Amino acid sequence: MTTAPGTYAPKPGAAPLPRMIGRQAALETRMLLRNGEQLLLTVVIPTLLLVLFGSVDIVDTGAGPAVDFLAPGVLALAVMSTAFTGQAIATGFERRYGVLKRLASSPLPRWGLMAAKTLSVLVTEVLQVLLLTVVALALGWSPHGDPLSVVLLLVLGTAAFSGLGLLMAGTLKAEATLAAANLVFLLLLVGGGVIVPLDRFPSGAQDVLGLLPISALSDGLRSVLQHGAGMPWGDLGVLAVWAVVGLAAAGALFRWE
Amino acid sequence: MRSEPVVQVRSLVKRYGGKTAVDGLDLTAQAGVTAVLGPNGAGKTTTVETCEGYRRPDSGTVRVLGLDPVAQSAALRPRIGVMLQSGGVYSGARADEMLRHVAGLHAHPLDVGALIERLGLGSCGRTSYRRLSGGQQQRLALAMAVVGRPELVFLDEPTAGLDPQARRATWDLVRDLRTDGVSVILTTHYMDEAEQLADAVAIIDAGRVIAEGTPEELCRGGAENTLRFTGRPGLDVGSLLKALPADCSAAELTPGAYRVVGKVDPQLLATVTSWCAQHGVMPDRISVERHTLEDVFLELTGKELRS
Repeated sequence: MTTAPGTYAPKPGAAPLPRMIGRQAALETRMLLRNGEQLLLTVVIPTLLLVLFGSVDIVDTGAGPAVDFLAPGVLALAVMSTAFTGQAIATGFERRYGVLKRLASSPLPRWGLMAAKTLSVLVTEVLQVLLLTVVALALGWSPHGDPLSVVLLLVLGTAAFSGLGLLMAGTLKAEATLAAANLVFLLLLVGGGVIVPLDRFPSGAQDVLGLLPISALSDGLRSVLQHGAGMPWGDLGVLAVWAVVGLAAAGALFRWE
Repeated sequence: MRSEPVVQVRSLVKRYGGKTAVDGLDLTAQAGVTAVLGPNGAGKTTTVETCEGYRRPDSGTVRVLGLDPVAQSAALRPRIGVMLQSGGVYSGARADEMLRHVAGLHAHPLDVGALIERLGLGSCGRTSYRRLSGGQQQRLALAMAVVGRPELVFLDEPTAGLDPQARRATWDLVRDLRTDGVSVILTTHYMDEAEQLADAVAIIDAGRVIAEGTPEELCRGGAENTLRFTGRPGLDVGSLLKALPADCSAAELTPGAYRVVGKVDPQLLATVTSWCAQHGVMPDRISVERHTLEDVFLELTGKELRS
Protein backbone atom coordinates (compact mmCIF):
# COMPACT_ATOMS: atom_id res chain seq x y z
CA MET A 1 0.00 0.00 0.00
CA THR A 2 1.41 3.37 -0.94
CA THR A 3 1.10 6.52 1.08
CA ALA A 4 1.38 10.00 -0.36
CA PRO A 5 4.79 11.57 0.34
CA GLY A 6 4.64 14.02 3.19
CA THR A 7 1.79 12.22 4.96
CA TYR A 8 3.89 11.83 8.09
CA ALA A 9 5.72 15.16 7.87
CA PRO A 10 5.99 16.46 11.43
CA LYS A 11 3.30 18.88 12.53
CA PRO A 12 3.34 18.53 16.30
CA GLY A 13 1.12 20.31 18.75
CA ALA A 14 -1.11 19.71 21.74
CA ALA A 15 -4.87 20.05 21.47
CA PRO A 16 -6.36 22.86 23.60
CA LEU A 17 -6.33 21.85 27.27
CA PRO A 18 -10.11 21.94 27.86
CA ARG A 19 -10.63 19.72 24.83
CA MET A 20 -7.99 17.22 26.04
CA ILE A 21 -9.57 17.03 29.50
CA GLY A 22 -13.07 16.75 28.05
CA ARG A 23 -12.07 13.92 25.70
CA GLN A 24 -10.22 12.12 28.47
CA ALA A 25 -13.22 12.41 30.80
CA ALA A 26 -15.56 11.15 28.06
CA LEU A 27 -13.31 8.15 27.38
CA GLU A 28 -13.02 7.26 31.07
CA THR A 29 -16.80 7.52 31.48
CA ARG A 30 -17.36 5.25 28.47
CA MET A 31 -14.89 2.70 29.83
CA LEU A 32 -16.77 2.67 33.14
CA LEU A 33 -20.22 2.37 31.60
CA ARG A 34 -19.00 -0.47 29.37
CA ASN A 35 -17.57 -2.46 32.26
CA GLY A 36 -20.05 -4.98 33.65
CA GLU A 37 -18.47 -5.30 37.08
CA GLN A 38 -18.36 -1.53 37.48
CA LEU A 39 -22.02 -1.21 36.51
CA LEU A 40 -22.93 -3.89 39.01
CA LEU A 41 -21.20 -1.91 41.72
CA THR A 42 -22.35 1.58 40.80
CA VAL A 43 -25.84 1.02 39.41
CA VAL A 44 -27.25 -2.44 40.04
CA ILE A 45 -26.38 -2.90 43.73
CA PRO A 46 -27.54 0.57 44.93
CA THR A 47 -30.76 0.32 42.90
CA LEU A 48 -31.49 -3.22 44.09
CA LEU A 49 -30.86 -2.29 47.72
CA LEU A 50 -33.20 0.67 47.39
CA VAL A 51 -35.97 -1.36 45.78
CA LEU A 52 -35.55 -4.41 48.02
CA PHE A 53 -35.28 -2.68 51.40
CA GLY A 54 -37.64 0.09 50.37
CA SER A 55 -40.50 -2.26 49.52
CA VAL A 56 -39.92 -5.12 51.97
CA ASP A 57 -39.62 -4.45 55.71
CA ILE A 58 -36.40 -6.33 56.45
CA VAL A 59 -34.48 -3.86 58.58
CA ASP A 60 -36.20 -1.69 61.19
CA THR A 61 -35.46 1.79 59.90
CA GLY A 62 -37.35 3.69 62.61
CA ALA A 63 -40.39 5.87 62.26
CA GLY A 64 -41.71 6.93 58.83
CA PRO A 65 -41.57 5.21 55.45
CA ALA A 66 -38.47 3.02 54.96
CA VAL A 67 -37.61 4.78 51.70
CA ASP A 68 -37.15 8.11 53.50
CA PHE A 69 -34.43 6.45 55.57
CA LEU A 70 -32.97 4.40 52.73
CA ALA A 71 -32.76 6.91 49.88
CA PRO A 72 -30.11 9.16 51.53
CA GLY A 73 -28.07 6.10 52.55
CA VAL A 74 -28.19 4.64 49.06
CA LEU A 75 -27.15 7.99 47.57
CA ALA A 76 -24.13 7.93 49.89
CA LEU A 77 -23.43 4.36 48.78
CA ALA A 78 -23.62 5.44 45.14
CA VAL A 79 -21.01 8.15 45.74
CA MET A 80 -18.74 5.66 47.48
CA SER A 81 -19.17 3.03 44.75
CA THR A 82 -18.07 5.45 42.03
CA ALA A 83 -15.55 7.74 43.71
CA PHE A 84 -13.91 5.08 45.85
CA THR A 85 -14.47 1.50 44.74
CA GLY A 86 -14.90 2.02 41.01
CA GLN A 87 -12.19 4.62 40.68
CA ALA A 88 -9.72 2.62 42.77
CA ILE A 89 -10.21 -0.56 40.73
CA ALA A 90 -10.15 1.18 37.34
CA THR A 91 -7.11 3.31 38.16
CA GLY A 92 -5.29 0.35 39.70
CA PHE A 93 -5.62 -1.61 36.47
CA GLU A 94 -4.77 1.42 34.33
CA ARG A 95 -1.56 1.69 36.31
CA ARG A 96 -0.89 -2.03 35.96
CA TYR A 97 -1.48 -2.06 32.18
CA GLY A 98 0.67 0.99 31.48
CA VAL A 99 -2.25 3.27 30.54
CA LEU A 100 -1.19 5.90 33.05
CA LYS A 101 2.39 5.57 31.84
CA ARG A 102 1.46 5.95 28.19
CA LEU A 103 -0.78 8.94 28.88
CA ALA A 104 2.02 10.53 30.89
CA SER A 105 4.03 10.96 27.66
CA SER A 106 1.03 12.34 25.76
CA PRO A 107 0.34 16.08 25.60
CA LEU A 108 -2.22 15.71 28.43
CA PRO A 109 -0.56 16.86 31.68
CA ARG A 110 -0.85 14.63 34.74
CA TRP A 111 -3.06 17.08 36.57
CA GLY A 112 -5.25 17.16 33.46
CA LEU A 113 -5.64 13.39 33.66
CA MET A 114 -6.64 13.68 37.33
CA ALA A 115 -9.10 16.47 36.48
CA ALA A 116 -10.60 14.25 33.77
CA LYS A 117 -10.96 11.38 36.24
CA THR A 118 -12.77 13.67 38.66
CA LEU A 119 -15.03 14.94 35.90
CA SER A 120 -15.81 11.37 34.86
CA VAL A 121 -16.66 10.46 38.46
CA LEU A 122 -18.97 13.48 38.74
CA VAL A 123 -20.74 12.67 35.48
CA THR A 124 -21.30 9.10 36.64
CA GLU A 125 -22.62 10.34 39.99
CA VAL A 126 -25.10 12.67 38.30
CA LEU A 127 -26.44 9.70 36.32
CA GLN A 128 -26.62 7.61 39.51
CA VAL A 129 -28.39 10.34 41.49
CA LEU A 130 -30.93 10.84 38.69
CA LEU A 131 -31.68 7.12 38.48
CA LEU A 132 -31.88 6.58 42.24
CA THR A 133 -34.03 9.68 42.73
CA VAL A 134 -36.53 8.46 40.14
CA VAL A 135 -36.64 4.99 41.73
CA ALA A 136 -36.98 6.44 45.26
CA LEU A 137 -39.75 8.82 44.19
CA ALA A 138 -41.57 5.89 42.61
CA LEU A 139 -41.32 4.14 46.00
CA GLY A 140 -42.95 7.13 47.67
CA TRP A 141 -39.90 9.10 48.79
CA SER A 142 -40.56 12.63 50.02
CA PRO A 143 -37.24 14.49 50.30
CA HIS A 144 -36.83 17.67 52.38
CA GLY A 145 -34.13 20.22 53.02
CA ASP A 146 -31.85 22.58 51.18
CA PRO A 147 -30.47 21.23 47.86
CA LEU A 148 -27.27 23.27 48.41
CA SER A 149 -26.48 21.25 51.56
CA VAL A 150 -27.04 18.06 49.60
CA VAL A 151 -24.71 19.15 46.76
CA LEU A 152 -22.04 20.23 49.24
CA LEU A 153 -22.24 16.86 51.02
CA LEU A 154 -22.01 14.96 47.72
CA VAL A 155 -19.02 17.00 46.53
CA LEU A 156 -17.08 16.71 49.79
CA GLY A 157 -17.95 13.01 49.97
CA THR A 158 -16.65 12.57 46.42
CA ALA A 159 -13.40 14.35 47.33
CA ALA A 160 -12.95 12.18 50.44
CA PHE A 161 -13.63 8.91 48.63
CA SER A 162 -11.55 9.89 45.57
CA GLY A 163 -8.52 10.60 47.76
CA LEU A 164 -8.83 7.21 49.47
CA GLY A 165 -9.50 5.39 46.20
CA LEU A 166 -6.53 6.96 44.41
CA LEU A 167 -4.31 6.34 47.44
CA MET A 168 -5.16 2.65 47.21
CA ALA A 169 -4.81 2.48 43.40
CA GLY A 170 -1.49 4.31 43.39
CA THR A 171 0.22 2.25 46.07
CA LEU A 172 -1.14 -1.32 45.99
CA LYS A 173 -0.97 -3.93 43.26
CA ALA A 174 -4.00 -3.99 40.98
CA GLU A 175 -5.23 -7.34 42.32
CA ALA A 176 -4.84 -6.18 45.92
CA THR A 177 -6.75 -3.00 45.08
CA LEU A 178 -9.53 -5.05 43.47
CA ALA A 179 -9.90 -7.26 46.55
CA ALA A 180 -9.49 -4.51 49.14
CA ALA A 181 -11.80 -2.02 47.41
CA ASN A 182 -14.58 -4.60 47.20
CA LEU A 183 -14.08 -5.66 50.80
CA VAL A 184 -14.18 -2.07 52.04
CA PHE A 185 -17.32 -1.48 49.96
CA LEU A 186 -19.03 -4.43 51.60
CA LEU A 187 -17.93 -3.54 55.16
CA LEU A 188 -18.94 0.09 54.82
CA LEU A 189 -22.24 -0.90 53.22
CA VAL A 190 -23.08 -2.77 56.42
CA GLY A 191 -21.32 -0.64 59.02
CA GLY A 192 -21.67 2.85 57.55
CA GLY A 193 -25.32 3.63 58.21
CA VAL A 194 -26.34 2.96 54.61
CA ILE A 195 -29.15 0.44 55.15
CA VAL A 196 -28.61 -0.46 58.81
CA PRO A 197 -29.10 2.49 61.20
CA LEU A 198 -25.94 3.13 63.25
CA ASP A 199 -27.94 2.99 66.50
CA ARG A 200 -28.31 -0.76 65.99
CA PHE A 201 -24.59 -1.08 66.88
CA PRO A 202 -23.17 -1.04 70.46
CA SER A 203 -22.51 2.52 71.61
CA GLY A 204 -18.69 2.16 71.60
CA ALA A 205 -18.77 0.94 68.00
CA GLN A 206 -21.18 3.73 67.04
CA ASP A 207 -18.64 6.41 68.03
CA VAL A 208 -15.98 4.88 65.81
CA LEU A 209 -18.30 4.04 62.91
CA GLY A 210 -19.72 7.57 63.00
CA LEU A 211 -16.31 8.95 62.01
CA LEU A 212 -16.14 6.91 58.76
CA PRO A 213 -16.64 8.96 55.61
CA ILE A 214 -19.58 6.82 54.53
CA SER A 215 -21.30 7.34 57.90
CA ALA A 216 -20.72 11.09 57.78
CA LEU A 217 -22.10 11.24 54.24
CA SER A 218 -25.16 9.06 54.89
CA ASP A 219 -25.87 10.76 58.21
CA GLY A 220 -25.50 14.22 56.71
CA LEU A 221 -27.72 13.39 53.72
CA ARG A 222 -30.28 11.83 56.02
CA SER A 223 -30.42 14.76 58.42
CA VAL A 224 -31.10 17.10 55.48
CA LEU A 225 -33.25 14.94 53.19
CA GLN A 226 -35.23 13.04 55.85
CA HIS A 227 -35.41 15.57 58.67
CA GLY A 228 -35.03 18.84 56.78
CA ALA A 229 -32.15 19.94 59.03
CA GLY A 230 -29.89 22.91 58.19
CA MET A 231 -26.28 22.68 57.05
CA PRO A 232 -24.82 19.53 58.76
CA TRP A 233 -21.50 21.10 59.76
CA GLY A 234 -20.32 18.16 61.85
CA ASP A 235 -20.64 15.69 58.99
CA LEU A 236 -19.17 18.17 56.50
CA GLY A 237 -16.23 18.61 58.87
CA VAL A 238 -15.59 14.85 59.06
CA LEU A 239 -15.74 14.59 55.25
CA ALA A 240 -13.41 17.58 54.84
CA VAL A 241 -10.80 15.99 57.11
CA TRP A 242 -10.98 12.71 55.17
CA ALA A 243 -10.73 14.63 51.89
CA VAL A 244 -7.65 16.60 52.93
CA VAL A 245 -5.88 13.59 54.44
CA GLY A 246 -6.80 11.23 51.60
CA LEU A 247 -5.92 13.58 48.74
CA ALA A 248 -2.68 14.70 50.39
CA ALA A 249 -1.60 11.09 50.99
CA ALA A 250 -2.55 10.12 47.43
CA GLY A 251 -0.65 13.12 46.06
CA ALA A 252 2.46 12.19 48.03
CA LEU A 253 2.42 8.41 47.60
CA PHE A 254 0.79 7.79 44.20
CA ARG A 255 3.12 5.85 41.90
CA TRP A 256 2.39 6.10 38.19
CA GLU A 257 4.04 2.79 37.24
CA MET B 1 17.84 18.31 7.49
CA ARG B 2 18.73 19.96 10.75
CA SER B 3 22.26 19.54 11.94
CA GLU B 4 21.57 19.66 15.66
CA PRO B 5 21.20 16.22 17.25
CA VAL B 6 17.69 15.02 18.09
CA VAL B 7 18.96 13.23 21.18
CA GLN B 8 22.04 14.07 23.18
CA VAL B 9 22.90 12.05 26.26
CA ARG B 10 26.00 12.95 28.30
CA SER B 11 27.47 10.82 31.09
CA LEU B 12 24.05 9.44 32.02
CA VAL B 13 23.95 7.41 35.24
CA LYS B 14 20.81 5.68 36.48
CA ARG B 15 20.66 3.30 39.42
CA TYR B 16 17.81 1.21 40.77
CA GLY B 17 18.52 0.49 44.39
CA GLY B 18 22.08 -0.82 44.42
CA LYS B 19 22.04 -1.87 40.76
CA THR B 20 23.53 0.44 38.15
CA ALA B 21 21.41 0.20 35.02
CA VAL B 22 23.13 2.96 33.05
CA ASP B 23 26.74 3.73 33.84
CA GLY B 24 28.06 6.95 32.31
CA LEU B 25 26.42 6.55 28.92
CA ASP B 26 27.06 8.96 26.05
CA LEU B 27 24.83 8.87 23.01
CA THR B 28 24.21 11.33 20.21
CA ALA B 29 21.47 10.66 17.70
CA GLN B 30 21.19 12.79 14.58
CA ALA B 31 18.07 13.19 12.48
CA GLY B 32 17.12 9.92 10.80
CA VAL B 33 16.77 6.44 12.23
CA THR B 34 19.00 5.43 15.13
CA ALA B 35 18.95 1.84 16.36
CA VAL B 36 19.95 1.10 19.93
CA LEU B 37 21.10 -2.51 20.25
CA GLY B 38 22.15 -4.44 23.29
CA PRO B 39 21.62 -7.66 25.22
CA ASN B 40 18.83 -7.95 27.79
CA GLY B 41 19.57 -5.79 30.81
CA ALA B 42 22.10 -3.66 28.94
CA GLY B 43 20.28 -0.43 29.80
CA LYS B 44 18.46 0.21 26.50
CA THR B 45 15.00 0.72 27.92
CA THR B 46 16.26 2.77 30.86
CA THR B 47 18.12 5.07 28.47
CA VAL B 48 15.13 5.48 26.17
CA GLU B 49 12.73 6.01 29.07
CA THR B 50 15.00 8.71 30.44
CA CYS B 51 14.80 10.43 27.05
CA GLU B 52 11.00 10.12 27.17
CA GLY B 53 10.93 11.87 30.56
CA TYR B 54 9.84 8.83 32.57
CA ARG B 55 13.03 8.66 34.60
CA ARG B 56 15.11 11.34 36.23
CA PRO B 57 18.87 10.89 35.67
CA ASP B 58 20.92 10.26 38.83
CA SER B 59 23.63 12.26 37.09
CA GLY B 60 24.46 13.40 33.60
CA THR B 61 22.38 15.39 31.14
CA VAL B 62 19.76 14.38 28.60
CA ARG B 63 18.50 16.67 25.84
CA VAL B 64 15.78 15.66 23.42
CA LEU B 65 15.04 18.09 20.57
CA GLY B 66 17.12 20.48 22.67
CA LEU B 67 14.83 20.15 25.71
CA ASP B 68 15.22 18.65 29.16
CA PRO B 69 12.70 15.76 29.16
CA VAL B 70 11.80 16.22 32.84
CA ALA B 71 11.96 19.98 33.40
CA GLN B 72 10.56 20.87 29.96
CA SER B 73 8.22 17.92 29.67
CA ALA B 74 5.17 20.01 28.74
CA ALA B 75 6.97 21.50 25.74
CA LEU B 76 8.51 18.20 24.69
CA ARG B 77 5.56 15.80 24.99
CA PRO B 78 3.55 17.09 22.01
CA ARG B 79 6.65 16.79 19.80
CA ILE B 80 7.48 13.14 20.53
CA GLY B 81 5.66 9.87 19.98
CA VAL B 82 6.17 6.96 22.35
CA MET B 83 5.64 3.26 21.79
CA LEU B 84 6.04 1.30 25.00
CA GLN B 85 7.21 -2.30 25.00
CA SER B 86 3.76 -3.42 26.04
CA GLY B 87 0.42 -2.16 27.28
CA GLY B 88 -0.63 1.46 27.37
CA VAL B 89 -4.26 0.94 26.36
CA TYR B 90 -7.48 0.66 28.41
CA SER B 91 -8.30 -3.05 28.44
CA GLY B 92 -11.91 -2.31 27.48
CA ALA B 93 -11.12 0.14 24.66
CA ARG B 94 -11.38 -0.73 20.99
CA ALA B 95 -8.37 -0.14 18.75
CA ASP B 96 -9.95 2.65 16.71
CA GLU B 97 -11.42 4.24 19.82
CA MET B 98 -8.05 4.42 21.58
CA LEU B 99 -6.27 5.66 18.47
CA ARG B 100 -8.90 8.36 17.93
CA HIS B 101 -8.51 9.36 21.55
CA VAL B 102 -4.74 9.80 21.31
CA ALA B 103 -5.20 11.65 18.00
CA GLY B 104 -7.63 13.97 19.78
CA LEU B 105 -4.96 14.98 22.28
CA HIS B 106 -2.96 16.50 19.40
CA ALA B 107 -3.54 19.63 17.35
CA HIS B 108 -2.88 18.23 13.85
CA PRO B 109 -3.18 14.44 14.00
CA LEU B 110 -2.91 12.03 11.08
CA ASP B 111 -6.02 10.68 9.39
CA VAL B 112 -6.94 7.92 11.84
CA GLY B 113 -8.87 5.86 9.29
CA ALA B 114 -5.94 5.77 6.86
CA LEU B 115 -3.52 4.79 9.63
CA ILE B 116 -5.83 2.00 10.80
CA GLU B 117 -6.09 0.66 7.27
CA ARG B 118 -2.36 0.94 6.66
CA LEU B 119 -1.49 -1.05 9.79
CA GLY B 120 -4.16 -3.68 9.15
CA LEU B 121 -6.14 -2.79 12.26
CA GLY B 122 -9.41 -2.38 10.35
CA SER B 123 -10.40 -5.98 11.06
CA CYS B 124 -10.29 -5.41 14.83
CA GLY B 125 -13.80 -3.98 14.65
CA ARG B 126 -15.49 -3.89 18.02
CA THR B 127 -12.95 -6.15 19.73
CA SER B 128 -11.65 -4.75 22.99
CA TYR B 129 -7.89 -4.31 23.47
CA ARG B 130 -7.47 -7.24 25.85
CA ARG B 131 -8.87 -9.61 23.19
CA LEU B 132 -6.63 -8.39 20.36
CA SER B 133 -3.74 -10.62 19.27
CA GLY B 134 -0.25 -9.68 20.40
CA GLY B 135 0.56 -8.45 16.91
CA GLN B 136 -2.53 -6.26 16.76
CA GLN B 137 -1.69 -4.78 20.15
CA GLN B 138 1.84 -3.99 18.94
CA ARG B 139 0.58 -2.29 15.79
CA LEU B 140 -1.90 -0.25 17.76
CA ALA B 141 0.90 0.93 20.05
CA LEU B 142 2.92 1.89 16.97
CA ALA B 143 -0.03 3.78 15.51
CA MET B 144 -0.48 5.64 18.82
CA ALA B 145 3.17 6.71 18.67
CA VAL B 146 2.90 8.30 15.22
CA VAL B 147 -0.68 9.60 15.10
CA GLY B 148 0.19 12.99 16.65
CA ARG B 149 2.62 13.82 13.79
CA PRO B 150 5.65 14.02 16.07
CA GLU B 151 9.16 15.12 15.10
CA LEU B 152 10.72 12.22 16.96
CA VAL B 153 9.36 8.74 17.64
CA PHE B 154 10.66 6.30 20.27
CA LEU B 155 9.97 2.68 19.42
CA ASP B 156 10.89 0.15 22.11
CA GLU B 157 11.24 -3.25 20.40
CA PRO B 158 8.47 -2.51 17.89
CA THR B 159 8.55 -5.86 16.10
CA ALA B 160 9.15 -8.23 19.03
CA GLY B 161 6.91 -11.24 18.47
CA LEU B 162 5.43 -10.03 15.17
CA ASP B 163 4.82 -12.32 12.21
CA PRO B 164 6.85 -11.59 9.04
CA GLN B 165 4.05 -9.64 7.34
CA ALA B 166 3.47 -7.39 10.32
CA ARG B 167 7.21 -6.92 10.64
CA ARG B 168 7.43 -5.76 7.03
CA ALA B 169 4.51 -3.39 7.55
CA THR B 170 6.27 -1.88 10.56
CA TRP B 171 9.53 -1.53 8.63
CA ASP B 172 7.75 0.14 5.72
CA LEU B 173 6.13 2.63 8.08
CA VAL B 174 9.48 3.44 9.71
CA ARG B 175 10.97 4.03 6.23
CA ASP B 176 8.10 6.35 5.31
CA LEU B 177 8.52 8.25 8.57
CA ARG B 178 12.19 8.71 7.80
CA THR B 179 11.46 9.85 4.24
CA ASP B 180 8.99 12.42 5.55
CA GLY B 181 11.54 13.81 8.00
CA VAL B 182 10.49 12.12 11.24
CA SER B 183 13.40 10.93 13.35
CA VAL B 184 13.20 7.52 15.00
CA ILE B 185 14.98 6.03 18.00
CA LEU B 186 14.51 2.30 17.86
CA THR B 187 15.58 -0.34 20.35
CA THR B 188 15.70 -3.84 19.00
CA HIS B 189 17.12 -7.32 19.44
CA TYR B 190 16.92 -7.98 15.71
CA MET B 191 20.15 -7.22 13.87
CA ASP B 192 18.50 -7.44 10.46
CA GLU B 193 16.04 -4.79 11.61
CA ALA B 194 18.87 -2.43 12.48
CA GLU B 195 20.67 -3.20 9.20
CA GLN B 196 17.48 -2.60 7.22
CA LEU B 197 16.30 0.58 8.89
CA ALA B 198 19.03 2.41 10.72
CA ASP B 199 21.19 5.29 9.56
CA ALA B 200 23.17 4.89 12.75
CA VAL B 201 23.59 2.13 15.30
CA ALA B 202 24.66 2.31 18.93
CA ILE B 203 25.49 -0.92 20.74
CA ILE B 204 24.96 -0.75 24.49
CA ASP B 205 26.32 -3.22 27.00
CA ALA B 206 26.47 -3.00 30.80
CA GLY B 207 25.06 0.51 30.75
CA ARG B 208 27.52 2.04 28.28
CA VAL B 209 27.75 2.54 24.53
CA ILE B 210 30.49 0.17 23.38
CA ALA B 211 30.27 0.83 19.64
CA GLU B 212 28.53 3.25 17.34
CA GLY B 213 28.48 4.12 13.68
CA THR B 214 26.59 3.29 10.51
CA PRO B 215 25.74 -0.38 10.04
CA GLU B 216 28.38 -0.52 7.24
CA GLU B 217 31.07 1.00 9.43
CA LEU B 218 30.36 -1.43 12.23
CA CYS B 219 30.38 -4.42 9.88
CA ARG B 220 33.61 -3.36 8.26
CA GLY B 221 35.42 -2.62 11.47
CA GLY B 222 38.22 -5.19 11.85
CA ALA B 223 36.10 -8.07 10.67
CA GLU B 224 37.51 -10.36 7.98
CA ASN B 225 35.26 -11.63 5.28
CA THR B 226 35.25 -14.70 3.10
CA LEU B 227 34.75 -15.50 -0.58
CA ARG B 228 34.16 -19.10 -1.64
CA PHE B 229 33.91 -20.65 -5.07
CA THR B 230 33.97 -24.10 -6.54
CA GLY B 231 35.72 -25.09 -9.74
CA ARG B 232 38.06 -27.75 -11.18
CA PRO B 233 40.12 -29.48 -8.50
CA GLY B 234 43.82 -28.72 -8.37
CA LEU B 235 43.91 -25.11 -9.55
CA ASP B 236 47.14 -23.18 -8.99
CA VAL B 237 46.36 -21.44 -5.72
CA GLY B 238 49.81 -19.81 -5.69
CA SER B 239 49.05 -18.02 -8.93
CA LEU B 240 45.70 -16.85 -7.55
CA LEU B 241 47.39 -15.58 -4.42
CA LYS B 242 49.78 -13.47 -6.53
CA ALA B 243 46.82 -11.81 -8.24
CA LEU B 244 45.24 -10.93 -4.89
CA PRO B 245 46.09 -8.01 -2.57
CA ALA B 246 48.84 -8.74 -0.08
CA ASP B 247 46.68 -9.20 3.01
CA CYS B 248 44.54 -11.95 1.50
CA SER B 249 44.90 -15.69 1.86
CA ALA B 250 43.64 -18.42 -0.47
CA ALA B 251 43.34 -22.18 -0.11
CA GLU B 252 41.73 -25.26 -1.63
CA LEU B 253 39.84 -26.65 1.34
CA THR B 254 38.54 -29.84 -0.27
CA PRO B 255 39.15 -30.81 -3.91
CA GLY B 256 37.46 -28.17 -6.02
CA ALA B 257 36.36 -25.97 -3.10
CA TYR B 258 38.34 -22.75 -2.78
CA ARG B 259 38.30 -20.09 -0.11
CA VAL B 260 39.68 -16.56 -0.18
CA VAL B 261 39.87 -14.67 3.13
CA GLY B 262 40.46 -10.93 3.32
CA LYS B 263 38.77 -7.62 2.75
CA VAL B 264 35.97 -8.67 0.41
CA ASP B 265 34.86 -5.80 -1.79
CA PRO B 266 33.77 -5.46 -5.44
CA GLN B 267 37.42 -5.12 -6.51
CA LEU B 268 38.37 -8.42 -4.90
CA LEU B 269 35.43 -10.18 -6.53
CA ALA B 270 36.50 -8.78 -9.93
CA THR B 271 40.09 -9.93 -9.34
CA VAL B 272 39.01 -13.48 -8.56
CA THR B 273 36.64 -13.76 -11.54
CA SER B 274 39.17 -12.30 -13.99
CA TRP B 275 41.82 -14.71 -12.70
CA CYS B 276 39.33 -17.51 -13.34
CA ALA B 277 38.69 -16.18 -16.85
CA GLN B 278 42.42 -16.07 -17.62
CA HIS B 279 42.79 -19.65 -16.48
CA GLY B 280 39.75 -20.98 -18.28
CA VAL B 281 38.00 -21.81 -15.02
CA MET B 282 34.24 -21.66 -14.78
CA PRO B 283 33.66 -20.79 -11.11
CA ASP B 284 30.27 -22.09 -10.17
CA ARG B 285 28.73 -21.28 -6.85
CA ILE B 286 30.62 -18.14 -5.96
CA SER B 287 29.53 -16.98 -2.54
CA VAL B 288 30.51 -14.01 -0.45
CA GLU B 289 30.23 -14.12 3.32
CA ARG B 290 30.42 -10.68 4.74
CA HIS B 291 30.21 -10.18 8.46
CA THR B 292 26.76 -9.18 9.53
CA LEU B 293 25.83 -6.81 12.30
CA GLU B 294 24.98 -9.91 14.29
CA ASP B 295 28.58 -11.17 14.06
CA VAL B 296 29.82 -7.78 15.19
CA PHE B 297 27.28 -7.67 18.00
CA LEU B 298 28.24 -11.11 19.30
CA GLU B 299 31.92 -10.30 18.97
CA LEU B 300 31.45 -7.17 21.09
CA THR B 301 28.99 -8.39 23.68
CA GLY B 302 30.08 -12.00 24.00
CA LYS B 303 28.15 -15.16 23.38
CA GLU B 304 27.12 -16.16 26.88
CA LEU B 305 23.42 -16.00 27.63
CA ARG B 306 22.11 -13.00 29.53
CA SER B 307 19.35 -13.09 32.03
